Amino acid sequence: MQETKLDTRLLPTHPAIASLLPGGGLKQGAMYSLEQSATLLMALIAGPSRAGSWCGVVGVPEFGVEAAASFGVDLERLVLVPNPGDQWLAVTAAIADVMPVVVARPPQRASDGNLARLAARLRQRGSTLIVLGAWPQSEAMLSLSDSQWGGIGRGHGHLTARQATVTVSTRLGRPRSARLWLPDPELQFTPMSSQAPVPVPVPVPVRVPAEYLRAV
Amino acid sequence: MSAPIARSMVLWVPDWPIVASTRVSPLQTGLPLALIDKGQVFACSASARAEGVKRGLRVREAQARCPGLIVRAYEQQLDQRTFETVVTEVEELMPGVQLLRPGICAIRSRGPARYYAGEKPAGLALVTLLDQLGVPGSRVGIADGPFTAEQAARTATHVRRVRVVPEGNAAEFLRDLPVSLIDDPPLIVLLRRLGIMTLGDFAALPADDVAGRFGEGGARLHALSGGLDSRPIVPRIPPEELDVQVAFEPALDRVDQVTFGVRTVADDFVQGLVGQRLVCTALRVEIETELGDYSERSWLHPRSFTAADVVDRVRWQLQGSAEVDSGLRSGVTRVRIVPESVDAIAHHEVGLFGAGPDERIHHGLSRVQSMLGHEGVVTAMVSGGRTLADRQATIPWGDRPLTPRNPVEPWPGQLPKPFPSTVFPTPHPVHVFGPGGVSVTVSDRGMLSAPPARFSPAASGRDAREVMAWAGPWPVAERWWDAAAAHTAHRFQVVDDRGIAWLLVLVGDEWSAEARYD
Repeated sequence: MQETKLDTRLLPTHPAIASLLPGGGLKQGAMYSLEQSATLLMALIAGPSRAGSWCGVVGVPEFGVEAAASFGVDLERLVLVPNPGDQWLAVTAAIADVMPVVVARPPQRASDGNLARLAARLRQRGSTLIVLGAWPQSEAMLSLSDSQWGGIGRGHGHLTARQATVTVSTRLGRPRSARLWLPDPELQFTPMSSQAPVPVPVPVPVRVPAEYLRAV
Repeated sequence: MSAPIARSMVLWVPDWPIVASTRVSPLQTGLPLALIDKGQVFACSASARAEGVKRGLRVREAQARCPGLIVRAYEQQLDQRTFETVVTEVEELMPGVQLLRPGICAIRSRGPARYYAGEKPAGLALVTLLDQLGVPGSRVGIADGPFTAEQAARTATHVRRVRVVPEGNAAEFLRDLPVSLIDDPPLIVLLRRLGIMTLGDFAALPADDVAGRFGEGGARLHALSGGLDSRPIVPRIPPEELDVQVAFEPALDRVDQVTFGVRTVADDFVQGLVGQRLVCTALRVEIETELGDYSERSWLHPRSFTAADVVDRVRWQLQGSAEVDSGLRSGVTRVRIVPESVDAIAHHEVGLFGAGPDERIHHGLSRVQSMLGHEGVVTAMVSGGRTLADRQATIPWGDRPLTPRNPVEPWPGQLPKPFPSTVFPTPHPVHVFGPGGVSVTVSDRGMLSAPPARFSPAASGRDAREVMAWAGPWPVAERWWDAAAAHTAHRFQVVDDRGIAWLLVLVGDEWSAEARYD
């Protein structure tokens, strides 16, 4: 089928997720919606951030900064607007004017006219918007399921790695999904090989502090 | 070879560091005070000196000699800053002041001597001015050259506070003064070993021999001790006033009115700086209100302030917190804008093809800041600490990044990797139940009452999920020695049946969720 739009440029996206996305990566000027998973969000923005793009995060006061840094988001080029309140649409538009990647969580629905204006602005500026939650005009919707944590047992070990299925559904076509390490024990995002056995939580021997840790 | 020697007038305030310190933080007169620099007495008041305290003593010894001694730290900046106000006043009376050191300044005496019909009346006028300014005990010396005049001022007594050494009598005046007055300690030691004890003895040596033996510097000191101080007095150029202020009469009680009133002076402020070929990179806004409230804050700019930026900073300071359009507690009567750091404009010139993307980003974020307030837009840093809230720091856009704790230090007891991707700004209460449906607790010895079996992420206890895996308790006891800041908790990692992992904290028997691994 012929594309209805002109060719768009892609943002540098993490290869494990890029193959699932329509067009083979995050498109500039497009909108994506993401079901509640902050790790997947960080996986999405780590690629552009590592390549030198600025990222703005609007309305996410609980964004885990340390996790973002460990997953490869450059904090030097990360700007947070934790509580935009009622002005979230204006703030998102203002940030989209200057930053190539914007993450927003809408606290309420905006009118269709405002959404169309925002979409036009994003297209004009070539900024990518990632919306946490449902979004009517999104290019693709990403969601996470069947998450399994490793390294922790019943009363021993600690969280080390997680495997999860990332599903990308578009308005047209079948949803595509893949099983990924989000993250693997080295804090990287890697696809799982298909022959890999179904993961079982394997306790990793760690020293559980037996006595009180006294800060001195 | 020698230039004509100018008649000089030197104003000397004895114990200036002490005067400066008591001017800033007043002290009952007569109490012994000493200023300490690097563990030694740098300056002491007259009453302390009477008890045997002197410059160069160790603090312990000074306190032993004078048990009631009040000890303060010596601040060089304070000396300079307070003397600046005195010099400004002296300049009003007699122009052309050269600042030698804090506490000492020199003036060419020719002009004042003619105006006041004599050198002594001119000196008396200066002493009277200083008394009016509340600086007691100042002395004035008038002689040929600043060096001789300074010595004359130092030998003036508190009864005859102006000492005039007649023209041509400098060598005679200096003859009997000790050689230790010249400012070169190694040379003083050498001269003493040569048996030269007074300035007169030193001046009597042949000038060529001194120049041959001690070089250029020695020859200059030799000329000084002979009363031949040919250094001219170079009057300082008073610094330009760069700060601006605006007074409101009647007082304004709305933020937008004040902002509007500040707009023109903000323009003047930036124009004044541009006239000096400067730009401002940090400024201080001082706001006074009708009720006598005073608010002062420094604002930084990543590039340089434009007039609109200055107006924004005033508005943010008035709004205080992030609320917009709030009324003020009392009417604003005066706003003053003081540049704190300036830079040459050439360093901030916009390049031929613009200054790159960073300027655009700054403009965009400044626009968001003017919508939401200064704290509305933040950048984040990883900080040190054990709790997750401690480990991340946010800095308002444009401020200087400061981490309270060093993230590189080991911080034993911090969480193992991976870090949770969602950190709740305020932990919310949750419930953890054991197999029988009773709440799980941890005893004083760190023993669990029951293994966690069900977990509810809601405060109400509904929506309970099965616990698939868990780890803990990981006790944290921080600052147990300080009752106010002590923090004792047990941390757990819990994975629920939806595959979401949580970081739970048990304080006493209250469970709360600090973060989520989602």
